[in-house]
Amino acid sequence: MIAKNSIKFLTVLAIVFSSFTAFAGGGGSSDKGEQVKTPEQINAYIKHHLADSHDFALYSYTNDAGERKHVGFPLPVIVWTSKGLKTFMSSAFHHNDDGTVIVDKGDVKLVKIHSKIYELNEGATTVAFDETHHATNAHKVLDFSVTKSVFGMLLAGLLMFLGFGSLAKSYKKGAIPTGVGRVLEPLVLYVRDEIARPNIGEKKYKKFMPYLLTVFFFIWILNLMGLTPLGFNVTGQIAVTVCLALFTLVVYITSGTKDFWAHTLWMPGVPKILRPILAVIELVGFILIKPFSLLVRLFANITAGHFVVMSLIALMITLKAQFGAVASTGISLLLTLFISVIEILVAFLQAFIFTMLSALFIGMAVEEHEHDHAH
Amino acid sequence: MDQLLNDFSPGLFIMQMVILLILLFLLAKFAWKPIMASLTEREEGIQNALDAAEEAKKEMQNLQADNDRLLKEARAERDAMLKEAREIKDNIVAEAKEEAQEQAAIMIENAKATIKQEQQAAVAELKKKVADLSIGIAETVVKKELASQDDQLKLVEGMLEEVTLN
Repeated sequence: MIAKNSIKFLTVLAIVFSSFTAFAGGGGSSDKGEQVKTPEQINAYIKHHLADSHDFALYSYTNDAGERKHVGFPLPVIVWTSKGLKTFMSSAFHHNDDGTVIVDKGDVKLVKIHSKIYELNEGATTVAFDETHHATNAHKVLDFSVTKSVFGMLLAGLLMFLGFGSLAKSYKKGAIPTGVGRVLEPLVLYVRDEIARPNIGEKKYKKFMPYLLTVFFFIWILNLMGLTPLGFNVTGQIAVTVCLALFTLVVYITSGTKDFWAHTLWMPGVPKILRPILAVIELVGFILIKPFSLLVRLFANITAGHFVVMSLIALMITLKAQFGAVASTGISLLLTLFISVIEILVAFLQAFIFTMLSALFIGMAVEEHEHDHAH
Repeated sequence: MDQLLNDFSPGLFIMQMVILLILLFLLAKFAWKPIMASLTEREEGIQNALDAAEEAKKEMQNLQADNDRLLKEARAERDAMLKEAREIKDNIVAEAKEEAQEQAAIMIENAKATIKQEQQAAVAELKKKVADLSIGIAETVVKKELASQDDQLKLVEGMLEEVTLN
């Protein structure tokens, strides 16, 4: 039953992907569309990949006629402009990423510069840049588009919902899960027994299990999706990790016990003069430093991982002149394989660390001190 | 830092928040709660089964101990009963012997008494007969006194001779 469902799902996915291969934009005029050859282009390409994207590009090639073809599918753009909500498909930009293609939505003109959508100021017809390549006559809009990252999150959410939904359902048939649940159950148990229980404590861990499980699998699946050739970089988006860290912050701040606040704001057993200073340090630690460390760790690890993998793949091009096509490809392949294996480990590790630290912080907040002079 | 701030997309942040909230809600309702409940239930079931097995084992041991105890008690009781029976038997035999002896003694005593009585009776009868004879003799003597003195003497002598022979 479950296997059938997954097959169905994969089939639908495959159809979606293949049906959009026709979306091969003819507008190969931008620099991003060209073949990548020089180190500068490689750098730009990597940077472009690390940023979020408004369309789902699988690959691009130059056909015999010298035309640049993009294979992938467009995603919906939903932006809140000064003239209200505007929606259209990202194909309207024709893969342009430097602001030359202007989408005229009647009362507003929109351009895309480095994966960000800008609204041209009233009266402007083209984007003007200053010397640091910042647009001077356009401003960013609030972008609710289903970008590649949002698409990835939805995909991860769907996978989680299907997988864990089937696990939950399989318990109705018997105490031992069947199918995909048999793989997922040990992971759930792992999060419960290795992360939640030791860090939060036997009495209170149950309340936080839904959050910890959701965050753990969400991050892990997105990290793993980032390692596939689909090229998601969701957990490498600073906005995503900020949001995740903020969730953890909200969870442990709202669940803090009276004891926790007493110890944070007015530490017993310490000279009274020191108490306000300690309170400031503790507050800064809990509200700023801890979430910041969470968000930066995840973001930096995943971004660095993608950067290294892509740089190693790029060795194929950069070393071609010195070692020839076969040797450079070999070197690149070997190193990329090696780093990818490590990245698979990192994908798990970062999900684990994020969840583990979240549990640890929650544990600190819900801890009950047996007596006041425990310190 | 500037680059990071520039990369930060408020729209993506909001989308992520909404998606995560919805995901959290849906998964908590349809996946995590039933999963955790089932896991807890299963673990409790296993724990209960283990406890029950342990309990049963203890019960078995108790039963075994009880059996042993009962067996021992029964054996002791049997021994006691045998001992008692033996004692009773000995007692009965001893009593019987005593009684027999007593009975025998009484019978002997009775016999002795009877013999004495018989003896006395015999002596008394003899005395009576002697007296009767004496009277008879005296009678005869008295009857013959009138005839002759000689004859009287002869008769007495003759009679005395007879008596002595008797």
